[in-house]
Amino acid sequence: MGKTSMVPETGLTASKRYKKRSQLAEIWHNFKKNKGAVLGLIILGIIVVMAIVSNFAFDYDTQIIRQIVRERLQGPSLKHPFGTDQYGRDIFLRILYGARYSLSIGIVAVMVSLAIGGVFGIIAGYFGGFLENAIMRFCDVFSSIPAILLAICISTAFGGSTLILMVSVGVVSVPAFARVARAAVMTVRDQEYIEAAYASGASRLRIMFSHILPNSLAPIMVQVTMRVGSAIITASSLSFLGLGIPAPAPEWGSMLAEGRSFIRDYSYMTLFPGIAIVITVLSINMIGDGLRDAMDPKLKR
Amino acid sequence: MKNDNLVLNIENLVVHYETENGIVKAVNGIDLKLNKKNAIGLVGETGAGKTTTALAMLRLVPDPPGVIKSGVIELDGENILKKSIKELEKIRGKDISMIFQDPMTALNPVFTVGEQIAESIMLHENVPTDDANMRAKEMLEMVGIPGHRANDYPHQFSGGMKQRVVIAIALACHTKLLIADEPTTALDVTIQAQVLELMNKLKEEYQTSLIMITHDLGIVAEVCDEVAVMYAGRIIEQGTLKDVFNKTKHPYTEGLFNSLPNVNNRKAKLQPIPGLMPDPIDLPLGCSFSPRCPYANDNCRENKPVPRWISDTHMVECSAYDDSSFHIARGGKK
Amino acid sequence: MYKYIISRLLLLIPIMLAVSFIVFFIVDLAPGDVVDIIAGTEMAEADIARIREEMGFNDPLLIRYFRYMSGLVRGDLGVSYVTNRDVFEVYMLRLPATLQLATSGTVVALLIAIPLGITAAVHQNTWRDSGSMVLGLLGLSIPTFWLGLLMIIIFSLKLGWLPSIGNDTPLSIILPAITVGSGQAALTMRTTRSSMLEVVRQDYLRTARAKGVSEKVVIRKHAFKNALIPILTVIGTQFGVALGGAVMTETVFAWPGIGRLIVDSINNRDTQMVTGAIILTTMLSSIVILLIDLAYAFVDPRIKARYAK
Repeated sequence: MGKTSMVPETGLTASKRYKKRSQLAEIWHNFKKNKGAVLGLIILGIIVVMAIVSNFAFDYDTQIIRQIVRERLQGPSLKHPFGTDQYGRDIFLRILYGARYSLSIGIVAVMVSLAIGGVFGIIAGYFGGFLENAIMRFCDVFSSIPAILLAICISTAFGGSTLILMVSVGVVSVPAFARVARAAVMTVRDQEYIEAAYASGASRLRIMFSHILPNSLAPIMVQVTMRVGSAIITASSLSFLGLGIPAPAPEWGSMLAEGRSFIRDYSYMTLFPGIAIVITVLSINMIGDGLRDAMDPKLKR
Repeated sequence: MKNDNLVLNIENLVVHYETENGIVKAVNGIDLKLNKKNAIGLVGETGAGKTTTALAMLRLVPDPPGVIKSGVIELDGENILKKSIKELEKIRGKDISMIFQDPMTALNPVFTVGEQIAESIMLHENVPTDDANMRAKEMLEMVGIPGHRANDYPHQFSGGMKQRVVIAIALACHTKLLIADEPTTALDVTIQAQVLELMNKLKEEYQTSLIMITHDLGIVAEVCDEVAVMYAGRIIEQGTLKDVFNKTKHPYTEGLFNSLPNVNNRKAKLQPIPGLMPDPIDLPLGCSFSPRCPYANDNCRENKPVPRWISDTHMVECSAYDDSSFHIARGGKK
Repeated sequence: MYKYIISRLLLLIPIMLAVSFIVFFIVDLAPGDVVDIIAGTEMAEADIARIREEMGFNDPLLIRYFRYMSGLVRGDLGVSYVTNRDVFEVYMLRLPATLQLATSGTVVALLIAIPLGITAAVHQNTWRDSGSMVLGLLGLSIPTFWLGLLMIIIFSLKLGWLPSIGNDTPLSIILPAITVGSGQAALTMRTTRSSMLEVVRQDYLRTARAKGVSEKVVIRKHAFKNALIPILTVIGTQFGVALGGAVMTETVFAWPGIGRLIVDSINNRDTQMVTGAIILTTMLSSIVILLIDLAYAFVDPRIKARYAK
């Protein structure tokens, strides 16, 4: 109501024409139609493979962090596709290896956020009342601190290590997940089919798991993909500031920090790690967009 | 029907919507003539093509996916379909106006009602802002709303009052033809009566011609001089109020009258027309109504019916009348 | 209406209290403390311990927190042990530079995002739409600090057009502003687009067209004003992001604002400064969001009515 429809209503709908598909298959079908999303999936797949394989393919000590003064500061060439840094280390190999850090931090941080935030949100949405209020106020407080300042705060306090990086980046997203989870629970909770389920005698727990949870999944999934990308960027930003994974680990952000001193004459050192970040995050974002469109095609129209 | 006196002349209008699922044949060749100062009711169920016809008259059919495939639409002698966008913008709101079904969403929430009425005036007549505002206030009074409420926002009005504002906007420039698309469907019955009364009064006052689109035969009886019944994109019966109500000819029209509950005979069973209107993507071969028609024969099912003039004013499109002895149950007089 | 404003302002207080506790708590957890820095490497252990006691660092957390808070409500955030200057004073000195950056960044963002978003919505599903979406996605995928570095490489080092360091010339703001702005633009553009898409479908636009209003005016006047509301939200929340982005941008461009102040203070283990700066920045961000909320009332008369009660 209230919207001008593009096509007049008909007595018979065209639903007979479509074969019945399971929900998951339907989502996958829609997803496949989005060429950008599929491309993103492929690229991400390649990056993930790189990340896993590089632990076995390369020897950390000799290839990633060993300093070969002779070969320092060489521009891109056949032997060193992305050139070498000020310690003679091959940048190409370092970037490939560095994918491990970015991906693992991004994924773990978001999983942590999701776990904590999701639980808070579901509790808040389902039980309401004082509990909901308390949780939401708490989230408000945390989200009023600009994300990066909070992450900086935590990282400074606990020192730089992969684990702390994951935690600080994760903490930043907890309020968002709590809100999304709560909203999802609240929308679904009030739907008529839930009332119908109660009316037919299902227990509360069963309703929560078999009805509310699956239907809340869509917006949560969308948040997850959005957040992984920004988590990776936040992590590399922290590393850039020197608050992340300590040298000589080839994390993309710290590589950029190192390259900064040489930006005038050796700008390639700044170029490649950055491009790596962009490609990774972009592919994740495209997947996220594709997922969102696939799950709720109404949004696209 | 003399040409001079026609405010509207539609000939063979065909409008299709080209969608991914197929071509929706919304309007399949209709002819409509309306004399000045007359009111005609365009009756039919949802999906018959009434709204599309109305939108076509203002060239507001959403494009894509709508396409006006062919036809002539003459407004006071001028062919609308040949006009440029700029010319159309001059005509809309001034020579021809339309009001829509849902008053709750028809008004822009961030502008006052006075502003929205005045906008129409300033668009079409070269008057200074103050004059336009004053006339807007007068229009509000005309439709029964105190003038000082011109500075209020739409959310401060009830549904019935909103619809009056919509009417005020439509008539602000003394339009020649007003198309009302189910203007009272979304309103309470009591408010419905008020709005209809208002429309009647304004129609007289401004000498405006009216096309009243509705599925409610009662409204037609109240407000209109003529009736046109639409089904699956065609006008299947047309005539004066007397013709169609008392000398009903088409089986579908009969079905419409029959499906009204009978207050006098409470025991009588409800008689809906069985079946559903055909899918406009997939219309039947012969007469579109034949699948549901109690009188249909093989000829009806295989061949499309042609318009048949029973009198100067009364047209019906039904192959059953090929047999001159045929008549439907209702009415009885031929 | 004023009652609403006052109640919102009052609501800020408990939030700020909570924020300050959290920040204080976290910063306090950092290993090592200022005494080590003051003391230097020459002092004896015993002396260090004595100084620590005198300065009150051995007191329990809550007591130290209360001491801090009682200062804060008086506007006294203490004195930096590293620079010996008043925290509040230093912050206020550096704030204008960041405000300048955040505002110009927001202007840049709006100039890019709004036209692109409107075009994408009006020409939905055409190349204009997909192109803008891709651009927006790209914008969300580029780290702000890297964009800044890239700008420096291209416009400063290779082309030599614009300065890259500091705040000396009027031209200095251009690259930093574009950097901050581009980051914001991506999200703002997407919000503009989805908001316009919603509005474009509304019935009241059809009423306007039936009146004879030209398509351009329908979009610009009738549609846009309604689409503005979610866009305002984004701008408000983006300000917080802009402040964060300022941290990175100021570092890259050596811009003398509070972002760099915080980073430098962290490197100097200047806990007093860090705590104070983060708290003040949060306060600033919250006030901006409040202002944006109030702006709603001017755009949407329905909300104005609600607030007036």
